[in-house]
Amino acid sequence: MSDTPVLRLSGISKRFGPLRANDDISFDLKRGEVIALLGENGAGKTTLMNILFGHYVADAGTVEAFGEPLPPGDPRAALDAGIGMVHQHFTLADNMTVQENIALGTQSLWRARLDRASVRQRIAQLSADFGLAVDPAATVSTLSVGERQRVEILKALYRDARILILDEPTAVLTPAETDALFRTLKLLVAKGLSIIFISHKLHEVMAVSDRVLVLRAGRLVGECETASTDRKELAALMVGQEVKPAEVSPANVGAPLLVLEGVSTAPYNGAALDDVSLTLSAGEITGLAGVSGNGQAALAALIAGTQRATGGRISVAGREVAGWSPRVALDHGVARIPEDRHAVGTIGDMSVTENVIAERYGSPRFSRMGFLDWKAARHFAEKIIADYDVKCPSPEARIRLLSGGNMQKLILGRALDPEPAVILASQPTRGLDVGAVAYVHRMLLAARERGAAVLLISEDLEEILALSDRIIVMSKGRLSTPSARGERSIRELGELMAGHSGERSDAA
Amino acid sequence: MDALEILFTASFWVAVIRIASPLIFATMGELICERAGVLNLGIEGIMTVGAFAGWFTVYSGGDLWAGVLVAALAGALFGLLHATLTVPLGLSQHVVGIGVTLLATSLTYFTYRLALPEVTSPPKIEPFQPLAIPGLSNIPVLGEALFTQTPLTYLAFLAVVLVTWVLYRTPVGLAVRAAGENPSAVEAQGISVTGIRMGAVVAGSALMAVGGAFLTMSAFNSFFFQMINGRGWICIALVVFGSWRPGKALVGAILFAAFDAYQIRLQQISGGIVPYQVFLMMPYALSILALILVARRTTYPKALMIPYQKGER
Repeated sequence: MSDTPVLRLSGISKRFGPLRANDDISFDLKRGEVIALLGENGAGKTTLMNILFGHYVADAGTVEAFGEPLPPGDPRAALDAGIGMVHQHFTLADNMTVQENIALGTQSLWRARLDRASVRQRIAQLSADFGLAVDPAATVSTLSVGERQRVEILKALYRDARILILDEPTAVLTPAETDALFRTLKLLVAKGLSIIFISHKLHEVMAVSDRVLVLRAGRLVGECETASTDRKELAALMVGQEVKPAEVSPANVGAPLLVLEGVSTAPYNGAALDDVSLTLSAGEITGLAGVSGNGQAALAALIAGTQRATGGRISVAGREVAGWSPRVALDHGVARIPEDRHAVGTIGDMSVTENVIAERYGSPRFSRMGFLDWKAARHFAEKIIADYDVKCPSPEARIRLLSGGNMQKLILGRALDPEPAVILASQPTRGLDVGAVAYVHRMLLAARERGAAVLLISEDLEEILALSDRIIVMSKGRLSTPSARGERSIRELGELMAGHSGERSDAA
Repeated sequence: MDALEILFTASFWVAVIRIASPLIFATMGELICERAGVLNLGIEGIMTVGAFAGWFTVYSGGDLWAGVLVAALAGALFGLLHATLTVPLGLSQHVVGIGVTLLATSLTYFTYRLALPEVTSPPKIEPFQPLAIPGLSNIPVLGEALFTQTPLTYLAFLAVVLVTWVLYRTPVGLAVRAAGENPSAVEAQGISVTGIRMGAVVAGSALMAVGGAFLTMSAFNSFFFQMINGRGWICIALVVFGSWRPGKALVGAILFAAFDAYQIRLQQISGGIVPYQVFLMMPYALSILALILVARRTTYPKALMIPYQKGER
């Protein structure tokens, strides 16, 4: 076997405005090798891969595939050179079938007729060879996330990809689907493909890769053989310092603060709620695990008041509340950390000050006789910026300009400052780097210490396990029985997430 | 004749198909644009351009089919303007579309005045004549309705077949549908989203212009101002009514034409008791009703009206 690398990146640099997304990055990829590209969110991993694939044009540097230079900014050239990419956000047309998505762009555009028979045959062959089961005639919108990912991999293989780039492939998968993906990757490598695996999850990197490249703030800060390193060393490289996980003291559970009894809703970003009962008690963090789209969004929207219940009762501190709405929820001390901080959490083109008073601009603190008290509002914004260590140019800056982590800190400050009785935290650390994650965790734990009831909805099982005093799994709009900290194993939770009943999996 | 009997006469259905023809062309044109992700509100103006360009070619001594071709090219040109502004430059499709309609309409009227400064009554041309298809046209009612039309009507039906074939059976159709649903899927497979979208808008605009030309070269024999009279806007609604599918949009166009033909006949037999405006309103009112009933649960192209900029973050 020749020693020529299948892929060589030299001196790649790319800026977005003042941000240095990639700074002089060089590395080689060998045949049959799995490289893990490890780094926090915002370290530049995705940017680098998008340059490699031709979505972005680098400011400097070159890419060579199989010894030949790749022209910049040309995805077609990358495809033709045998580079396949599975994007974090799938690039599938939901209205078309699996077969059509795979065939897209593989036949001359000016053919009078799409040759479906040969496409079907080839997909069947590839599915069988690599254990990627998927129905070619199914419309993509009906597929699960795991199936869509298989379609993405098939798309690359269909084009004879020799190099496969996977961008955060496990972010959306259940533990079982992740295992299946890893088995597929092993098969691919055995057939001589080379893989670049992008992740910020250390245990996955340790499990699949031969070599690890660590990116931090756009620079390549470390490179090591997976066999000769460990998670601790990689974490330190990734963050640039030792990260201490938040320490959790035993819970001091008090009275029930928010009680849902038999509530149902219409579907909302996924499944509907189906006769769900849930009690959130003072001084306790309740973790809600589950694969996204199983009703978490509906539950969060219901508690926040943005979606109405079609049945059931909501009580706060022992009294039933009729006409639940966002305003009523806020007035009853329910603070929200919404799932999508850009769409729901903030108004991008309004200032930091305007955003932090958005939930309470009518309170006497910020308004006098119907006029806003801008001085008080600005003081409040400055206080949150200082207390929550938000990096932002000024309270007048448009919130759009802030990074995800800083935006999240502002939302956290806005939600926690009035010392709410109930905290609804939906995916509070999604897309944040390790430092910011630890900060959010500390704040949630501090709220618990002072006696707040916290509902933590997260797709990150490690986060759920680390913080929750009680874990509930959501699947197809229903809740599992709760389990105490440490009671169920990851495997048991995974099976609940996949929709199997916990009792039966114990017997198996 | 009473109101129900009308529905069973061949002459009524002949009129329905004639009224539907320009709508079919333009609806197919709009459908292509929207399937690729571009809302083309230039349709009303582009139809006006087509109506004039086709008619004027024939009036200046050109062949009828040359007129159709010139209309299509003129439409394609305005489509190119629309596409350049909305696709690579990513400007608001609403604003550009309305701008193109205003520009195309005014430019047409201006050209008409420049070319024919002297005329008081609109000059006439010899339009397309009905062409009975031997055999088929002898089938009672249905055969007569469908097969005693002008060649341009047959072309309209052919356009539906062609658009359906291209969208669902060819590689380029796949790319068009994907561009309207998720442009990054197109980009990731090495196809230029800009190219696909611009091509769709240009081709769609050419079809719209032929729809306009039908009015001056087949339905009537002269060009006059305001003759498109909102037909373009109707076609935008027909695309929604048809859930962005050519076959269903065709049904919608025929349905609307039937309402329209019916109200004209109702006016004649109503004897002036009901104000005629009520009948004029009827097709539009029924269209709104049909939209409410049919299009409520439709799934529209997800990337419709969202400009795609490569390499943006």
